[in-house]
Amino acid sequence: MRMRLAKALSMALALTLYPALGKTELVIEITGGAEAAVPIAVVPFGWSGDGSPPEDIGAIISNNLNRSGQFDLLPQEEFIERPTRREQISFGNWRALGVDHLVIGTVEQEGDRFRVSYQLLDVFAGSTLSGRRYSAGRDDLRTAAHVISDEVYEELLGRPGAFNTRIAYVAISDEDDGRRWRLVFADADGHYPESILTSREPIMSPAWSPDGRRLAYVSFEGRRSEIFIQEISTGERERVASFEGINSAPSWSPDGSRLALTLSRDGQADIHVLDIDSGETRRITEHWAIDTEAVWSPDGRHLLFTSDRAGGPQIYRVPARGGEVERLTYEGSYNASPTLSPDGEQLGMVHRGDRGYVIAVQNLDGSDFRILTQGPQDESPSFAPNGALVLYATRENGRAVLGTASLFGDRRQTMSTQGQRIREPAWSP
Amino acid sequence: MKHMGTARWLMIGILAVFLSACATLDDETRVEDRPDEGLTAEELAAIDEERERAAARAAEGRSSLEGEALDELLDDPDSPIGRRTLYFAFDSSDIREEDMDIIEAHARFLADHPDQRIILEGHTDERGAAEYNLALGERRAQAVKRALVLSGADEDQIRVISYGEEKPAELGSDEDAWAQNRRAELVYRDVF
Repeated sequence: MRMRLAKALSMALALTLYPALGKTELVIEITGGAEAAVPIAVVPFGWSGDGSPPEDIGAIISNNLNRSGQFDLLPQEEFIERPTRREQISFGNWRALGVDHLVIGTVEQEGDRFRVSYQLLDVFAGSTLSGRRYSAGRDDLRTAAHVISDEVYEELLGRPGAFNTRIAYVAISDEDDGRRWRLVFADADGHYPESILTSREPIMSPAWSPDGRRLAYVSFEGRRSEIFIQEISTGERERVASFEGINSAPSWSPDGSRLALTLSRDGQADIHVLDIDSGETRRITEHWAIDTEAVWSPDGRHLLFTSDRAGGPQIYRVPARGGEVERLTYEGSYNASPTLSPDGEQLGMVHRGDRGYVIAVQNLDGSDFRILTQGPQDESPSFAPNGALVLYATRENGRAVLGTASLFGDRRQTMSTQGQRIREPAWSP
Repeated sequence: MKHMGTARWLMIGILAVFLSACATLDDETRVEDRPDEGLTAEELAAIDEERERAAARAAEGRSSLEGEALDELLDDPDSPIGRRTLYFAFDSSDIREEDMDIIEAHARFLADHPDQRIILEGHTDERGAAEYNLALGERRAQAVKRALVLSGADEDQIRVISYGEEKPAELGSDEDAWAQNRRAELVYRDVF
């Protein structure tokens, strides 16, 4: 909820500076199954207020739990009853439907506020596992649904949810007077997209600061690649790298004081580390090959990066202060765009295989390599802050859209907006 | 200017050497070169400066082309600089044999117009990692730059900018579009 004010501020700013952005309609599709998923039913929330409810809280929670791939949601058409209070539940009905858990709740309007209450119930024990009541303004109703999703997720799976987080991405559209690149941030489920920068030249590689308040990115507005840092709430921005050659692939150190980046000022693309306050850079790799796309290990001690020093691109690791380089990927001839799970143990990547470019994951030591997506043009993987989902750029009927893939089972969801090509997503901390 | 192997270059070299005389002549040559041994260092410097200005004035109007004269050449596909796009194989920055005459024509033009500046844009197709492609685009443009310099252009006339996969020439996602997008473009307009 803390982010709301920031969002309102940046929204106002975006509207003042760039009035052209219209409301974009989001289309969501979910495919694939879930393995060892928790069978659950989310009953549509009861409503008391004027007209129809402004948001379908039950549907938002269902969609969240579903795309995590860790829940098996009972379809609404199989419901025998639609309780909104505990005393209305016949647990035997739900047991017969094979459901282990049930979420029920109500939304009550009180003037311009809404009281949202829910309960999570254990169908076999006939008991309440958790339940809370929230008061929210109209614009915070979706957030309330995300918070409830997080609570259900954590109660049943024992780890935090990541539904009340944000994503950033680049949206490209062709308008009457030319092409536009927009840097957009949105809720993790793709709703409430807001543009914080509009340009007639390409924008690339948004990267969240560890505190979630700033984005680093590459902009070509100066007719070359340069790196900027922008405060999301104020729109204030600063150019931090503009050396001769490529300035790209920013990645924040876990303490937020440094950026790993790719510079080619020495004639070849190498990994450097920039101290943000002093502006000093330190060269970490030095090789005639392409070295790029560095990301930090969660302890800040290593950088993982893509290099084609062995022919095709593969992922390597180097101490963050420089030193010996160690190759981490051996599966196939193309592995790029490293992304680390928040615990630092799983390495996500773009892998080229029989299905084209797909998102794959392996353990850091190279074991348990597995492919998460269908291809043929999947790119830019980014872990959810709880490590349960990977966000990536994909194609659907030829259009560039966002996808999420579960680390559990093969459930995938795509998110697209009309008239925009969506690329380079990054999940917030 | 390290590769002045051709006769053409020697001729153009006369002007270039004159322009850079102050910087490159050593003291010995300077004494031989100059009858006025009684002059002070200050006066010598003033004379050098005046020579340089005269050389610059003489070069004006022919060391680079602007406006309509340049447009005419750029718009004429049969002019030496009429073809300005080179294409590459997948994941490759090797210049194709058939594109060497394009390189040579531009190198000759740049050598003939030493004040002319160009931007060399490197591009890739959309497949694979965008950041890796940005570096690959630069590698392609650098390869073309090296070939231009070997053929007589000056390094300082050429600025390399990679756009990677960000500015495709064709929007499609098939072999034809990808082949059109794996390219280096020589840009003469609105440079710097």
